[in-house]
Amino acid sequence: MARQIYQAIVDGILGGGVYALMAVGLTLIFGVLDIINIAQGILVVVGAYLSYALSVHLHVDLFLGLLVTVPAMFVIGVVIHLAFIRPLRGRERTSMSLLACYAVAIIAEGVLYWIFGPGYVTLKASYINSSVRVFGFFLPYIYLYGFALAVALVVLLYGLLYRTKFGRSVRATMQDQTAARLIGINVNRVAALTFGIGVAVTAAGGMVYGATSGGFNPNSGYDLISRLLAIIILGGLGSIGGALAAAVFMITLESVVDIWSPNWAILVFYAALVIVLTFRPVGLFGRQAVRAQ
Amino acid sequence: MTAILRAEQVSKAFGGVQALGGCSVDVEEGSVTALIGPNGSGKTTLFNVITGYERLDAGEVYVGAKKITNAPPQRVFALGVGRTFQLTRIFPRLTVMENMLVATQHTGRRVRNPLARAGGPADRHRAMELLEFTGIERHAGALAETLSYGQRKLLELAYVLVADPAVVLLDEPAGGVNPSLIQHIAARIRELNAAGKTFLIVEHNMDFVMDLCGHIAVLDYGTVVATGPPAIIREDPRVLDAYLGIAEEDLAEEDDDAAAH
Amino acid sequence: MSELKGAAPPGLRSEAAGPAAPRERPRVSGKLLRAAGIAMVAAALAVYPLVITNGLATTIAVDGVIFISAAAAWNIFSGYSGYISLGHAVFFGSGAYTVAIGARDWHLTGDAVFALLPLAAVVGAVIAVPCGLVALRVRRHTFVVITIALFFIFQLMAFNLSFTAGSIGIIAPILNWAPATYNDPFYYIALAIAAGTTALAWLIRGSRFGLQLRAIRDDEDRARGLGVRAMRVKLSAFVISAFITALVGGLWFYFIGEALPQFAFDPIFDLSVALMAFLGGLGTVAGPVLGALIIEPAQQYLTTTITNDYLSEILLGALFLVVILLLPRGVIPTGSELISKWTARRENRR
Repeated sequence: MARQIYQAIVDGILGGGVYALMAVGLTLIFGVLDIINIAQGILVVVGAYLSYALSVHLHVDLFLGLLVTVPAMFVIGVVIHLAFIRPLRGRERTSMSLLACYAVAIIAEGVLYWIFGPGYVTLKASYINSSVRVFGFFLPYIYLYGFALAVALVVLLYGLLYRTKFGRSVRATMQDQTAARLIGINVNRVAALTFGIGVAVTAAGGMVYGATSGGFNPNSGYDLISRLLAIIILGGLGSIGGALAAAVFMITLESVVDIWSPNWAILVFYAALVIVLTFRPVGLFGRQAVRAQ
Repeated sequence: MTAILRAEQVSKAFGGVQALGGCSVDVEEGSVTALIGPNGSGKTTLFNVITGYERLDAGEVYVGAKKITNAPPQRVFALGVGRTFQLTRIFPRLTVMENMLVATQHTGRRVRNPLARAGGPADRHRAMELLEFTGIERHAGALAETLSYGQRKLLELAYVLVADPAVVLLDEPAGGVNPSLIQHIAARIRELNAAGKTFLIVEHNMDFVMDLCGHIAVLDYGTVVATGPPAIIREDPRVLDAYLGIAEEDLAEEDDDAAAH
Repeated sequence: MSELKGAAPPGLRSEAAGPAAPRERPRVSGKLLRAAGIAMVAAALAVYPLVITNGLATTIAVDGVIFISAAAAWNIFSGYSGYISLGHAVFFGSGAYTVAIGARDWHLTGDAVFALLPLAAVVGAVIAVPCGLVALRVRRHTFVVITIALFFIFQLMAFNLSFTAGSIGIIAPILNWAPATYNDPFYYIALAIAAGTTALAWLIRGSRFGLQLRAIRDDEDRARGLGVRAMRVKLSAFVISAFITALVGGLWFYFIGEALPQFAFDPIFDLSVALMAFLGGLGTVAGPVLGALIIEPAQQYLTTTITNDYLSEILLGALFLVVILLLPRGVIPTGSELISKWTARRENRR
């Protein structure tokens, strides 16, 4: 039993790293644009299907395929922003952006159903089913690679945010849009690019998700978005470190609970969310409410 | 003369910034007191702490004999202290009249029928009176967001007065407003003061302050550095020191204006 | 205080005469127009099933009228308070399952099942209390996400709890009514609920309660500072909204004949009611009515005529996007603005 729990914890940490990647993208979008991209869940599935198409039809290795899918998702993200989010004006902008993302999610789901059908698929590679044994624990290669990828990309993101001029613009915009404009930052451009980046990470997340989930189909988006939303709220909207911590924590918790009750494991997400929010409405690392809405 | 509003040794820090440190202000009943000081001296923070929009770290606040330290805004309001904000806060999508009626919610002790029409005849009459007093009664049916900046300031003043507060805290009532409107606001304040209301006003406009206020408290770096009537404050070296930077800017502005015309 | 009257300040006099007049919402001709419009719509709705007897058309009509109530109920909370809820399906589904489980476990059939409707409404209201107490303490953004989380929790429960019969679902007891007029009683019950809900929405809007709600929407902190009991007000609206939504959820169950988790708790429902309110005009009384009457039939038409399920989903999403992008403030506010511009132009010509 103890061994099972430890294994579950290890699985959870490894898996949490990947969710962290997707959650960081989501919380970044919120921090800069003040909107919750509800479509992030289905976009992960899109990323997974892109990897699937490349792997099955063009026999491209999954990780190599990322060189195509990540830029592709970046472009998709920018297009979604420019076409459906940017034009929204007026007092209800944030609510309507939410609905717009929701609508995009529904369209994406429909498109995926249309192209790929409802059957479950999974990403295959030679290294998926083999694992390495460390201290008596099984560490599947794919999880390790996925975790390494997630770490690499998060480090890259941090590097982008904290060591480049663009990253400075992003952080400035996150803190105060008006002030950022006043010092010459092209907030529109920052917004579009950030949205693109936030979506681009779903390509990586999607690939690992597709390889480790044991089967996915267009309907999988709901499961994903519900987890991601709980993660970023728990971590505190807009807090990247918070998203990281919350992702690892929640996925590990779910993994452990899964030992006893697979059906209800997802409930720990919501339970944790409700409990934390009851005592700390801004989430674990969230900033106190400064904005009007 | 009793102090109707008193802040005693109030301290408040935001992270590493000590906004208020051991700040004490006494507002005499029936006075028009000004709170002046350079930007960042803690004036708005003091307002926020008094009216419950911020929690203080140390010190006490009293309304009459009642301690209201860290009381929530609605309780402070119910005790007869009204305030306006530096960036006028009105309800943009409600009409001007509806803005006034929101402030009538707390008056009346009985539980009232929630589905009753918003604002009975008595409330509306009083609201109209106040709108006429401030001069924006013609806009009663207009959405508040259509008002100009100056009109919004008057609306905010009007709805703060609905509950007939004994003490009114005004945060930069003359800020960004044209000169004739400033005179109008000053006249209204004098009238209300003559009827018994106490005022505590944060302002940068020195003419406005010197003209209107009987008592001035000067804030610098979160503490009161001088208090007294306008004539004394005007000459006080500590005040001149605190404001030296501003005075020079004013002079520079005058030169620029002169050069431009 | 009553002796203190000031003359209009000199700087403001010119402004008062100028932009103020056309900016004021039209009261005279607008009222007449509105009353006429309401009368026409009400009359049309009242006689609809007597005139149009086509089975499909009346089925769509029942759906449409049910959604009038759902959208109006959603608007009473989200439209007036500004807290967007994407979890109202929780109440809709709870109402549906209440009637389903009640009919099954108490062996009710025929007309007796309708007696369960008030119970469904009460269940919805009761569920709303703890949900609201948790959800309404947080900022608006977080609130939306909590409502989504609640939605998934309830859907999960419906799939996994034994008394909801999981993915098998619950079938409604057979109703032995004549097929030709089968839809009519459902239609009129739904219409009665819709009329009541719309009347309630109108009452609330002009009331003290509604004023406080709308003040909360505009500036919650300031409203609190002026004495508005924000939590109490928000929770009340939330519970009222849940009550009505659960009521029509129960009716819906009996109408379509079965309760399945993915349909009773359907994310499309949440998006639809939100969109109907937005399309018609968030926070207005007539908005949700108009929105429901436009969108629900369109949605039904799409799903029935386009046999490819996935295509209809894509078109639905596209329709939503078009509405959001082209009519940001909704039909009613845009319409009334056009009307006021038109009347102002006519007055200026004289």
